[in-house]
Amino acid sequence: MLVLGIEDPQIWLAYVFCVLSALGCMIYGVLNWKGGEEEQAVKSGAQRTTVQDQ
Amino acid sequence: MAVSTSTLILFVIIYLTATFYVAYLGYKKNSQTEGYMLAGRGVHPAIMALSYGAAFISTSAIIGFGGVAASLGMGLLWLVFMNIFFGIFIAFVIFGPPTRRMGLNLGAITYPEFIGKRFQSKFIQGFSGLLIGIFMPLYAASVIIGAGRFLETTLGVNYNIALIIFTIIIASYVLKGGLLSVMYVDAMQAVLMLLGMGFLLVFTYSKLGGVVEAHQALTSMASLVPQALVDQGHRGWTSMPALGSPIWWTMFSTIIMGVGIGVLAQPQLAVRFMTVKDDRSLKRAVAIGGPFILMMAGVAYLVGALSNVYFFKTTGMIALQVVKDGNTDLIMPTFLNHSMPEMFVALFMLSLLSAAMSTAAAQFHTMGTAIGYDVYQQSIMKGKSTATVHVTRLGIAFTILVAVVLAYILPISIIARATAMFMGLCTAAFLPLFIGALFWKRTTKAGATASLVIGSLSSLFWLTFVHAKEAVPLGICQAIFGKATLLSGTWTVVDPILIATPLSLLALVVISLMTPQFSPEFLKKAFRLRFEDEEEVSESASHKAVESTGV
Repeated sequence: MLVLGIEDPQIWLAYVFCVLSALGCMIYGVLNWKGGEEEQAVKSGAQRTTVQDQ
Repeated sequence: MAVSTSTLILFVIIYLTATFYVAYLGYKKNSQTEGYMLAGRGVHPAIMALSYGAAFISTSAIIGFGGVAASLGMGLLWLVFMNIFFGIFIAFVIFGPPTRRMGLNLGAITYPEFIGKRFQSKFIQGFSGLLIGIFMPLYAASVIIGAGRFLETTLGVNYNIALIIFTIIIASYVLKGGLLSVMYVDAMQAVLMLLGMGFLLVFTYSKLGGVVEAHQALTSMASLVPQALVDQGHRGWTSMPALGSPIWWTMFSTIIMGVGIGVLAQPQLAVRFMTVKDDRSLKRAVAIGGPFILMMAGVAYLVGALSNVYFFKTTGMIALQVVKDGNTDLIMPTFLNHSMPEMFVALFMLSLLSAAMSTAAAQFHTMGTAIGYDVYQQSIMKGKSTATVHVTRLGIAFTILVAVVLAYILPISIIARATAMFMGLCTAAFLPLFIGALFWKRTTKAGATASLVIGSLSSLFWLTFVHAKEAVPLGICQAIFGKATLLSGTWTVVDPILIATPLSLLALVVISLMTPQFSPEFLKKAFRLRFEDEEEVSESASHKAVESTGV
């Protein structure tokens, strides 16, 4: 099977994985751009509670 | 096509002015040691990601490995995938946050100091500082060579003069401005690199008739692979080499595993995790780091492999036959100069200069701090000397000199090899103990020391006495034992990384389990989680200094 003009699946898979992994990185980073902030705040609060408990 | 001198001079003047201005902005913010060494620990995630990427991708990747792709084919794309997955995602999301927190908890400002303090060992700090100080100049030399070769082919400048000018320019802002200057300049250069590589990708594909057409043309050229390469397992530029053949081993062990995974243990990159304010910054940086690597390494290897199609169409020869002595380091520069419009060659020259400068700057800073701070001040002077920045500057100046001398004496086609060799050494020496430091509390001082020493010595032993690519040119094995390599057959193409890293890991685990672990108090301190409000207090000193300069 010829994918992107390349016959060997070990090569076109590498090509596709490269693009997908870069896209994955973008999505991950963007999701954390906002989400991370809330998580941080929650964690911060949780930490304070633990400290008080001790 | 040569670029007209006046165009080029104009480009270079604008470029250098911008570089020095940005470096100056960084310099103004640096007011104390932590600023010079760690950029004040408050760097924006975008700057961090671009700086990490620009330091990571150098002329080694673009010219050296691009040339290797022209010779070995598109199998190198696996390396791009490894670079993105391990070099960015795993590095930023898994390794970055604990490195940042632990660095702050222990008050470490360099990579050797980080592992030294984590394992409460001045020996570990001194030994790793020495390892970096001795072997990083080799990697730095290969970067300088890449820049020198490109300037030589593009500007027609004498190669030796090109080397010197290039080095002086970088040395000036690294010495003066410290890490923040370096990172600011990196980020600016990264943007230029993105522009250059983006244009290169579009131009190459359009010149060859489109994505599918270009790949197909390359596929149909499989019969043109030189017999010498076919005998070693080459099956065409769009096929993986034959499984288990010498080329397959080179590609798999040295390039993909060595450079792909080795990047996790690179001191000049790991230190950048300690420059950002919080964990969130590291996660955000992934969004920029991943696509950046794709556009750099991915485009370089694709274009490198596709240059065969261009050369065949225009000259009837494959890339390896076009360049003098089959020197793969010359393939990318020759391709650019032959195929691209003049303005683009000028733009691309700046992109490549940027790639080389940013990597060299990071290397100069890391090897200089290793020798000046970790080896001299902390290990030899036992921390008594207080002139940290001053001593570090001397260390930087000294190691740069060593790199330049090496650049003059290293043989041809060395760029990719020297890079892979350094990364392999770092992987064997540092990766197991770095993982232990971050994720395995049971790791002991003795375990870490054994891992560091065994990893680095076995790696050096393998490349001096067994791995033919280094052992033969070095000639040490020949001189001592009267034969080129101690072992024969497939062993001589297995990269040191595959032998030394497992040994280093084994030493770490076995010796750690046999020796007493660190006190719970120390581990609690080292592994303490940090949150924004706390960090503001603990970092107030460095932040105040940064803010007061008001840039």
